[in-house]
Amino acid sequence: MSDDMEVRAPELNDPPGPGAPAGPTVGVDHPRVETIEKLTGDALYTADLLLPGMLHAKVKQSPHARARILGIDTSRAEALPGVHAVLTGHELDYKIGLYIVDKDILAKDVVRHFGEAVAAVAAESPEIATDAVELIDVQYEVLTPVLDPMVAFEPDAPLVHPDLGSYSYVEAAFSPQPGTNVAHVQKIRKGDVEQGFAEAEWVIEREYTNPSVQHVPLETHVTIVQWKAGDQVTIWSSAQSPFTVRNLFCTAMRLPLNQVRVIIPHVGGGFGGKAGIHLEPLVACLSRKAGGRPVRLQATREEEFSLLPCRSALTYRIKTGVRSDGHITAQQMTMFWDAGAYADYAVNVTRASGFSSSGPYELPNATVDAYTIYTNKPYGTAYRGFGHVEFFWGLERHMELVAQAIGMDSLEFRKRNLLRPGSRTMTGEVITEDTGDPLACLEAAATAIDYGRLTPEEAEHERRTGRRIGKGVATLHKAPAMPSFTATAAVVKMNSDGSVVLNVALTEIGQGCNTALAQIAAERLRFPMHRVKVAVERDTDKDPYDWQTVASKGLLLSGNATILACDNLLEQGYAMAVQVLRANPADLDHDADGVFVRHHREHRVTWPELSLGYAFPNGNGIGGPLVGVGRYIAQGLTHLDKETGQGLPALDWTYGAHGVVVDVDPDTGEFDVLAISSVYDVGRVVNPGLVRGQCIGGMVQGLGTALCEGYIYDQQGRLLNPSFTDNKIPTSRDIPARIETAVVQTAQIDGPFGARGVGEHPMISVAPAIGNAIQHATGAELMHMPIRHEDVWRALQSHEPIDNWITETPVGSCRSDLPGGNLATEEVVPPRREEQPVLH
Amino acid sequence: MRVSVTVNGHAFERDVEEHWTLLRLLREGLGMTGSKEGCGAGECGACTVDLNGKTVNSCLVLAVEADGGRVATVEGEADHGRLSQIQAAFARNHAVQCGFCTGGMVMSVRDLLTRNPKPTVEEIKEGIEGNFCRCTGYEQIVEAVLDASGQLNASTKGALRYV
Repeated sequence: MSDDMEVRAPELNDPPGPGAPAGPTVGVDHPRVETIEKLTGDALYTADLLLPGMLHAKVKQSPHARARILGIDTSRAEALPGVHAVLTGHELDYKIGLYIVDKDILAKDVVRHFGEAVAAVAAESPEIATDAVELIDVQYEVLTPVLDPMVAFEPDAPLVHPDLGSYSYVEAAFSPQPGTNVAHVQKIRKGDVEQGFAEAEWVIEREYTNPSVQHVPLETHVTIVQWKAGDQVTIWSSAQSPFTVRNLFCTAMRLPLNQVRVIIPHVGGGFGGKAGIHLEPLVACLSRKAGGRPVRLQATREEEFSLLPCRSALTYRIKTGVRSDGHITAQQMTMFWDAGAYADYAVNVTRASGFSSSGPYELPNATVDAYTIYTNKPYGTAYRGFGHVEFFWGLERHMELVAQAIGMDSLEFRKRNLLRPGSRTMTGEVITEDTGDPLACLEAAATAIDYGRLTPEEAEHERRTGRRIGKGVATLHKAPAMPSFTATAAVVKMNSDGSVVLNVALTEIGQGCNTALAQIAAERLRFPMHRVKVAVERDTDKDPYDWQTVASKGLLLSGNATILACDNLLEQGYAMAVQVLRANPADLDHDADGVFVRHHREHRVTWPELSLGYAFPNGNGIGGPLVGVGRYIAQGLTHLDKETGQGLPALDWTYGAHGVVVDVDPDTGEFDVLAISSVYDVGRVVNPGLVRGQCIGGMVQGLGTALCEGYIYDQQGRLLNPSFTDNKIPTSRDIPARIETAVVQTAQIDGPFGARGVGEHPMISVAPAIGNAIQHATGAELMHMPIRHEDVWRALQSHEPIDNWITETPVGSCRSDLPGGNLATEEVVPPRREEQPVLH
Repeated sequence: MRVSVTVNGHAFERDVEEHWTLLRLLREGLGMTGSKEGCGAGECGACTVDLNGKTVNSCLVLAVEADGGRVATVEGEADHGRLSQIQAAFARNHAVQCGFCTGGMVMSVRDLLTRNPKPTVEEIKEGIEGNFCRCTGYEQIVEAVLDASGQLNASTKGALRYV
């Protein structure tokens, strides 16, 4: 590939000539480095791998949300020809968990959610495995599930985990409450809220909700494991974080880390759903029981919804004290996070949302009480935005309603309360000029949609259609939610032709990290891009450690490690060049061709000559192969105090804002999003095409969350819409006609070339910006996300909003049908799963 | 059952089981893994291939239905390692992220441009609406199709704006 500013496709096909210009590469719109193999079908994903002797696994899922397992008869499955392993929970004495170790590999004695795995089979074909699963007979005593987190929060609620007190957990960060369904409590205390409310002229209190949502990577979770003799285990997986898979796997299986190798080929999207550990332990145990043959398990799309985790639902109560001049004096925030059956990432979502809960606003006096609550539903995990998509729905709707209550324009109200240099965050961090510029983002987003007025075309549109145009804005921010000492490393190795290969364990899941890191390496080495390769596959045996591919932390941490690795390689090259050129180290410099003496540029040694160690004409060798190592760890962060939440949790803050234009039919509530303008302070753009791709892709994913996606359960806790027919995601025809993406560049002091991450942020606050625009157009006060047309109609008619996410009228569709059977009977279809007798 | 198909101009014969889909024949029988299974229910479009001149969700077509047929897959797009117009336009417009939808997406675009060499933005969106992409938000794919059809210019090409 060429490094020209405008890279055209023919050059993608042509090898660059010897005169191809080197750098600068950071900031250039370079094509994605792995784009050709993805476009030709050459790129291999885990599901594309076929290993010799590979068996196929299937899982037996629970049809009940809460039940006692009275017995499992696997004899008929075991007798089926072609079956090599059948497993039930009682054979597996392991517990798994990221932060609270609360999950069995297969349900033991009890099932805690619809779709939970109770048994599994490995067989010679997927068909035999499916038949075998059908032959497994599970006897259940069905129990009444606890589905509503607010009910589960009551002191006398049935316990999802009666043994919570016996589980091990990460004590520095989490506080499970044994004897309750509370997996974690996060408290933040800033200033004096009582005093703040006393100073307020207005107090506004509202509650905002949203359901669980599925990530929907196009590639479902898939894992192949071979458990070889001597407990040597190889795992191929569609995982985001190879080292986390290895670490959690080895902890659960009590194996040394160097006996387990995790390989990640191309990954077909993750969005947080492939962080942590998922199918790997089960498939490994099947392989072991099948005598070490490799076993493959790929989730069906339906299993993706019910067997694998989703995003937690949230109920967010906000009480705000405000003066008539628009200054917030106090804010009390209470979050009820619906973890579902297992804590997984939900406890850390609760923690991160707690310290971020104010948004980019300065609250002089504030409290947060955030609870993670177990229920009998599929469990919540990380999802792009890590809680922020959910709580910003409430927060930015609330800011709109507070502004309305005090009679102030909501943009002006927001500006008055935004963080500015000198402000203190919820945890006491002091904001500086270098932290980022939320005001510039907000103003740019508002200006781009002509906030506060109708253009002549928009006025004409209103006259012509009878619809009303509304405009709304919403801010956003997020810092990586990660351990305070999160670390990573990079290795850059030079080949004998002067090209380099970069190894990192930050996984390419579509976000473009391979390209961004290649650009950073090329910039630092002053090499053209075609001389930098980032190894595609991730492999825990070969790549240096990285914590996880999550949290929008990859660019900063792995970017810095890459710079340090390049510097290390250059130092090694210079050390040899000093001897070869007999020069003072201070007089040396380098370019793409080699190292030279500054004042005699022709007095030089080439990179190929240095690459494997230098050989003098008489045969003497010095140095050795150029291998640069860069190590980086988050600097200066601290744990949060458990009582006050004070501390330094944020690696960096990325600020942003959306401006949205909608048109709404005031009679029916039907609406369309006409335009969306999004602005982020990314510090420094590494690749504008990649940044724009992240921003638009995240925004459209946020549009899905805003408009239609969500899990619907019946009152027995059965998931009614585990498919694309009943859980719609945006298609090409659902995107707004006008999409604009812009960036502010306030350099991050410790960011690579000033850059900070923006992977998750575009998804945050899309929904409240739309809700605010609809309110502006019609006055509809929307409290629940997603916003469906009928929700707008109900709000306009002052009908009670309907929460049909645990529905009495199971229609299996993303729509708010009237309770009490107002529907024509033929429209009511039975639940997807067969009704189960109480005992069978 | 014995099935004969011509895929990307090459003739193949394979024994398949009756329940095998065309997608499975391509992936497991012929080793062409560029067509992906995203749902197995004809909803996501990741398995889109051309069968006898029409795009199909190959997860919904039985292999035996393709007997005697001509199939085109994403593996046939590039010409001896040289990207097609469509692929090159996808590459330079950042129309690929995770790449899992890409094979099917390219085949839908190929079909669209064969029928309609100069589609409007609306026609492009209609042409790829059966292909889910969870990464890109579609905008850069639409721009790639405009590019591939010679319609990308300053007014149709979006760009990151610097404030």
